[in-house]
Amino acid sequence: MNLPLLPILLLVALAGVPLLSPPDYFMHLLITAVLTAVMGTGWAMMGRFGLVSFGHGAFLGASAYTMALLWNELGITPWLGIPVGVLVAVLLGALLGYPCFRLRVVGHYFALVTLAAGEIVRILVTALREHTGGSLGMTPNQAPPGGGFLAMQFGKAGFWWVALGAWALALLVWWLLDRSMTSKALAAIAEDEDAAASIGIQVAREKLKITVISVAFAALAGALLAQYRMYLNPESLSGLGVSLQIVFGAIAGGMYAPFGPSIGALITIGLEEALRFGFGTELTGAAPLVYGVLLVLFMLFLPRGIAGLLEKRAPTRKPAAPAVQLAE
Amino acid sequence: MSAALQHAPGPSLELTNIQAGYGDFQALFGVSLRVEPGEAVGVVGPNGAGKTTLLRVISGLLRPRAGTLRFGGQDLAQLPAHALPALGIAHVPENRRLFPHLTVEENLKVGAFSKAARAHFEQRRDHVYALFPRMQQRRHQLAGTMSGGEQQMCAIGRALMSGPKILLLDEPSAGLAPLVVQQVFALVKRIREEGLTVLIVEQNVAQVLRVVDRAYVLETGRVAAEGRAADLAADSAIRRSYLGGH
Amino acid sequence: MDLLDPFFLEALVNGILLGGVFALPALGLNLVFGVVDVVWLCYAELVMVGMYAVWFLYTQAGWPLWLAFAACLPLVSLLGLLLHLLVVKPLLNQPPINQVLATGGVLFVLQGAATLAFRTDFRSLGVDMPPMEVGEVFVSGTKLAAFCAALLGAGVLWAFLKFTYVGVAIRAIARDREVMPLMGVDPQRIYLIASAVGGALAGLAACLLVVQLDVHPFVGLSFGPITFMICVMGGLGNMLGGFLAAFLMGLIISIGGFWGNTEYSYVIAFLFFILTIFARPRGLFAR
Repeated sequence: MNLPLLPILLLVALAGVPLLSPPDYFMHLLITAVLTAVMGTGWAMMGRFGLVSFGHGAFLGASAYTMALLWNELGITPWLGIPVGVLVAVLLGALLGYPCFRLRVVGHYFALVTLAAGEIVRILVTALREHTGGSLGMTPNQAPPGGGFLAMQFGKAGFWWVALGAWALALLVWWLLDRSMTSKALAAIAEDEDAAASIGIQVAREKLKITVISVAFAALAGALLAQYRMYLNPESLSGLGVSLQIVFGAIAGGMYAPFGPSIGALITIGLEEALRFGFGTELTGAAPLVYGVLLVLFMLFLPRGIAGLLEKRAPTRKPAAPAVQLAE
Repeated sequence: MSAALQHAPGPSLELTNIQAGYGDFQALFGVSLRVEPGEAVGVVGPNGAGKTTLLRVISGLLRPRAGTLRFGGQDLAQLPAHALPALGIAHVPENRRLFPHLTVEENLKVGAFSKAARAHFEQRRDHVYALFPRMQQRRHQLAGTMSGGEQQMCAIGRALMSGPKILLLDEPSAGLAPLVVQQVFALVKRIREEGLTVLIVEQNVAQVLRVVDRAYVLETGRVAAEGRAADLAADSAIRRSYLGGH
Repeated sequence: MDLLDPFFLEALVNGILLGGVFALPALGLNLVFGVVDVVWLCYAELVMVGMYAVWFLYTQAGWPLWLAFAACLPLVSLLGLLLHLLVVKPLLNQPPINQVLATGGVLFVLQGAATLAFRTDFRSLGVDMPPMEVGEVFVSGTKLAAFCAALLGAGVLWAFLKFTYVGVAIRAIARDREVMPLMGVDPQRIYLIASAVGGALAGLAACLLVVQLDVHPFVGLSFGPITFMICVMGGLGNMLGGFLAAFLMGLIISIGGFWGNTEYSYVIAFLFFILTIFARPRGLFAR
């Protein structure tokens, strides 16, 4: 299998960015954008097959809080805490997904079950305020002097490379998936679940596979983002709000192309910053307002996202391309 | 009986060279057909001949690709489907399509939805109950819990609620026991004796030719034959193809 | 334990009262879903707008409370109409997920607009009715009044669906869309009416909630998710199912709060929802 050359060159070039010693603020935006891109890419891995989750926030929260609590309460380094957190999130996703797929909870029903899961995590995080700080949020303890690396508390360049690694991994997995039987099976399932089952595709198993992968990336990005910011709060790491933001990024960028969600992340982060600069913190409401208008406009006029514009035009005009079929 | 029983002769229905289909599939290739006021006309033919498509075109559920479609002076192709019941066109669709979770009377109420029909609701409902006394007994029963024959009567009753000038019936005998088929056709006969124009699509050729004045034979989207019902019933080719005769 | 424990009885009563409050948005959401076949993800935000409207008209513009309430209903109803015309209608032939996400976009729009207009402060109406004492059980007068109004609203809706031509057509269209034009029914018009009625129910829910909860731009997130769960538990589009599920959820939350605290009782309610869907994927009351 030949990996495409261009993305690898891009990655190498991006890895060199800190060597140019750009301003901190610029690095901060880049790191945030790349981690957001990992979340969106993870979400789109299942979203593009009609498995629409409104609960990915739950998985960010599960891994981030696991990581932070392990560090604060037991002193276990995030290097270990993050894998454990991702595992917790994956187990949660499997626990939720498996019965759904087995019992054929699909379409709206699946979306709303995931929404409930996201809310459960949000409320739990808030309720366990003695440990998590509740809605005020929590801060991972500072590493002792000299222990920065061990505690995964290092400068922007270090985080940039970690984030870039996660992003590369997500794209690699997407690329591998596109060449796997799983992706073909899932496409068949999205088209017609009964027909797929009748030709011997193990529907529940294939769906579970993609869910686990998708959740793992969202969870990884969530934990890394929390560790980078050194701050966790339930609003930004669980619940419907952040879940919809992930969905927004993936949709706006385009969830069918591997780079689509990353483009979406650039848009969301860029937008957020532009609005903050343009309107100042006083008008915080402007950001969701603009998101919302854009999301509606995308659905109305560009359901396949920005990446959809770059797709090769089919020789014959087809009716408006559906973003994805909810199997029902 | 009540005044609702008297149907003034309505306009004639006239289809010229109708072409219609779904996507890449063409179902009708230049069908022309005419139903005079007070007449009962049958359209017969094998499965897939385009009979249902024809009725869907007339009632506006499907737009013709070419050809004209007139009801009296009105060009039907210019009107949305939901405007047609008010003009006097009522369509009893294939498989009846009752609302199974509504009661019999509620089904009739939906049939009387158009503004003009609402004023006559009680009068027409009583007329329907007079035609089908069993509907009156079951007026508060959920339509989905009735037998096939009763559902067919309810569907016809629902169509009558709009006060139609022409009644389009799609396979009223489908899926019914032979005895019930007899009853349904007897009802169709009664309805047309009241002066209502009827266009009926059927696979049960022998039965339908006894009820209608004239009939068209539709084959793969084209009119293969047309004529008086008695002549068609006597036609040896048609007997061979549709009546199992010799 | 003693089932006649006054505190337990109080929790029971409060659960039923809470169910009444959940019932209205659940009915509205189910109505729209049943007819138009689209989930309004921003339904709770429509309620939020209504709450702000009442708060603004009453505390800022100095209107009498009843007039603010009376204005809230048509206002949110109009919002429902606009939502349908501008966002849902152009997407009617698109896959359901596109429709849901577009209404999710409207959720952000309304939250953002509310933040811009009123900032993130919690706004309170500052009206309260004296509690009533029945035996040893104290019942909040405000909650009781809201409950009665919710039942009244549900009753009016029931009569509308049962006895009017449009109401019967609404129940019919939920089952068979394609045949409706043959009845002389323009489905597009029924969609509009259902959206307006769905909006009006959100407006009524806003009136009942604004006397019990403080308004802030994100208040929708506190009862929106539970409303969706209730609808799904009752069976999406199944009005009666949703109505009953609202009381079930109200009781779970209130009795859960009696034994533990309210936050955990929401967790229990959501878990109960998930397990329900596993057991009956089309809702508790699916036929």
